[in-house]
Amino acid sequence: MPATYEPIATTTLGSAAATVSFTSISGSFTDLILITNSATGVNDIDVYVQVNSDTGTNYSWTRITGNGTAAASSRSSNSGLGFRIGNMSGSNVGQNNCIVQFQNYSNTTTYKTILARGNNPSLLVEAYVGLWRSTSAITSMDIKTQSGTFSTGSTFTLYGIKAA
Amino acid sequence: MATTYEAIATVTVGSGGAANIEFTSIPQTYTDLSVMLSLRTNRNTDSDFVEVTVNSNSSNYTYRYVRGSGSATESYTETLAFWEIHRANAATSTANTFGNINLYIPNYAGSTNKSAYYDGVNENNATTAYAYLGALLWSNTSAITSIKFEPGAGTTFNQYSTATLYGIKNS
Repeated sequence: MPATYEPIATTTLGSAAATVSFTSISGSFTDLILITNSATGVNDIDVYVQVNSDTGTNYSWTRITGNGTAAASSRSSNSGLGFRIGNMSGSNVGQNNCIVQFQNYSNTTTYKTILARGNNPSLLVEAYVGLWRSTSAITSMDIKTQSGTFSTGSTFTLYGIKAA
Repeated sequence: MATTYEAIATVTVGSGGAANIEFTSIPQTYTDLSVMLSLRTNRNTDSDFVEVTVNSNSSNYTYRYVRGSGSATESYTETLAFWEIHRANAATSTANTFGNINLYIPNYAGSTNKSAYYDGVNENNATTAYAYLGALLWSNTSAITSIKFEPGAGTTFNQYSTATLYGIKNS
């Protein structure tokens, strides 16, 4: 049976970094899955993904979130920060995780969408839908903090999924 | 290329039900774990929560969820002796309906605290049903070697409940 869920690349930070990049992403898969397991040492820091080094105001997202006492929904349009995918608290790198699915990322006809789950058990649980208004295939991504850095030991893994 | 997403073990509850479902001696050779659950309990109402413990440990579990019931949204958090995940169908819900939960645990064999998340649904085409998104934290740096699921208020999982443990490798 052909493998349909394959690891593309993984990074474990040997020192704190503000950005983690995956480049030269093969277009041979159907979808991509990004999994992060990270911390930043500061409370309530959002996590973003910019693709193809695009810093233009081409991203939008909508989310549902729960903080433990109330549910809420919010959105952002024409953002240049990238896809928002989650939130971090605490200094232990096992403390937070995000999983992001990039659908049909390599086609050159449609705008690109994502589904993301951001899991900061100390503060927020979030689910996102995101849009990048570009028909370009996604060939690279930069995972960024809202401010500060990802802590040493944070892990980032990119998988590819094939439809056939 | 090596298989990245592998089934490690699966359990199907037989006649008479089961007080718990447990995976033991989990190999430490994967990066992440995923458990797919299809559950119904004997609790005498329409749904039940599920208690999760790892390594037979009973402290430092936090869960935080947001849920929709079809008519309202809510969020809740608690720190307990187990993770609560949601929800199994139960005795008074529509026959043959089971709640489904996907539990995902990144970096389960590492030496940091363990965060995880789950998605859960228990539709039944009748009474109130729920969709859950949950974030989980076990504040313990031990590698996870076993996972146990128990009915929250019922005493047994019903026949045909299933649980499958998968391992995901990053290389």
